[in-house]
Amino acid sequence: MALRALTNVKTLGRLRHQQIRGLQTFTLPDLSYDYGALEPAISGEIMQLHHQKHHQTYITNYNKALEQLDDAIAKGDASTAVKLQSAINFNGGGHVNHSIFWKNLAPTREGGGEPPHGSLGWAIDQHFGSMEKLVAKMNAEGAAVQGSGWVWLAVDKELKRLVVETTANQDPLVTKGASLVPLVGIDVWEHAYYLQYKNVRPDYLKNIWKVINWKYASEVYEKECP
Amino acid sequence: MSWSSSNYLCLSSSSSVTQFSRCKLPCESEGQRGKCQDLNRATNISAYNSLKPPSFKLDKGQRRNDHVLKKPRNISAYYSLKPPPYKFDALEPYMSKRTLEVHWGEHHRGYVESLNKYLGKDDILYGYTLDELIRVTYNNGNPLPEYNVWNHDFFWESMQPGGGNLPILGLLEQIEKDFGSFSNFREEFIETALTLFGSGWVWLVLKRNEKRLAIATTTNAVTPLVWDDIPLLSLDMWEHSYYLDYKNDKARYVNVFMDHLVSWNAALARMARAQSFVNLGEPKIPVA
Repeated sequence: MALRALTNVKTLGRLRHQQIRGLQTFTLPDLSYDYGALEPAISGEIMQLHHQKHHQTYITNYNKALEQLDDAIAKGDASTAVKLQSAINFNGGGHVNHSIFWKNLAPTREGGGEPPHGSLGWAIDQHFGSMEKLVAKMNAEGAAVQGSGWVWLAVDKELKRLVVETTANQDPLVTKGASLVPLVGIDVWEHAYYLQYKNVRPDYLKNIWKVINWKYASEVYEKECP
Repeated sequence: MSWSSSNYLCLSSSSSVTQFSRCKLPCESEGQRGKCQDLNRATNISAYNSLKPPSFKLDKGQRRNDHVLKKPRNISAYYSLKPPPYKFDALEPYMSKRTLEVHWGEHHRGYVESLNKYLGKDDILYGYTLDELIRVTYNNGNPLPEYNVWNHDFFWESMQPGGGNLPILGLLEQIEKDFGSFSNFREEFIETALTLFGSGWVWLVLKRNEKRLAIATTTNAVTPLVWDDIPLLSLDMWEHSYYLDYKNDKARYVNVFMDHLVSWNAALARMARAQSFVNLGEPKIPVA
């Protein structure tokens, strides 16, 4: 009984310690579909590696970097705090980008690939001419990304218009414009397609449209531009 | 195979600096390309760009010109696809044959072809050697991806079957002088490789101004040549170079490179050549 009292005190102490620190750690979000559900556009092996290894690594490193930053700030260590910025940008950006990416994808039988109706569909037609032209533009920009990066369809919430942007490495979209809200993001890092498409990135880009979840994109769009 | 090599003077220096120059074929200048018997042979020579003929044996079913760029007709400035100095399966089990086939055969080849295509349109850049081309078109850190050609040539030569172990002679001394010990260097190299964000390269360079060895990283297709440093070794940290073999396990890839793939012979040769440009100090001559 004394032992139980002891453990209670300890856990209470730890909880209180965490509350005082106020640092929230991030965890890997679950996918709302199976790894193999996006075949044949994206293989199950890629999805599993991408989710369980790459995204998890970003999260782990992000948490670590945040902890170190917390320490550095508490100690007033400015140079360490600044030095950690690139790790935070990279890993935090990776976490943010990939979390959006999982929601951007849906199996075909759950509506993946079905073009948007409603205001987003209309806006696409207005800004780009047609869905095919948008796809062609995004594929061209995605294929042209040097090295690693992302290609985005975003809405500028100030100007209320759609834009296609690319970002390098894991830079989040806001680095290209503070008022940009991502609707659809496509990961063109090699890890996202290499096992299946090898170096033929254009094929990957052509096929991924079959599993893009436009329902989610429409929801985000309607929230920003009602 | 006997080459009538007097006609095809493609200069080459040591493996670290490959100098490509246009080989003027006699049959071409006479406008008789179709009749030139040696046309096929010439393709081989100009593609290899070295004075010794290729000595590797062909696999069963592989044609001799399988991985040699066919000479394009209308392009006036071109660079060729140089094969790695070992067979594709020579680096097993550390780098699989499949990786080499895709990495060299598709990525590297694609870079060479798009470089040639790009240069075919742009006469200003005609006639440069690859080194000069890189320096000229650096574009402030955003060179075209085609400049990966130089990097990849260098990379293949930075590896060898049965590589790894320790460097020898002067290179080891210089490493110990500049890094403290070889294991320090190894640790630093591995750590640098693992903390590289995105696609890039890790290099062991000899810094000209500071006259010492250093580890450098570059992103995408940049090479340390543009900073006037002399690279001795490189490691490709683009995902395509390790993904097929190691998936996301970068640490294992980098360790395997250091332990089993890195060619200290090549590095030593490059270092020896580099010493003619950088004075690293007086040699230690023992007093009699």
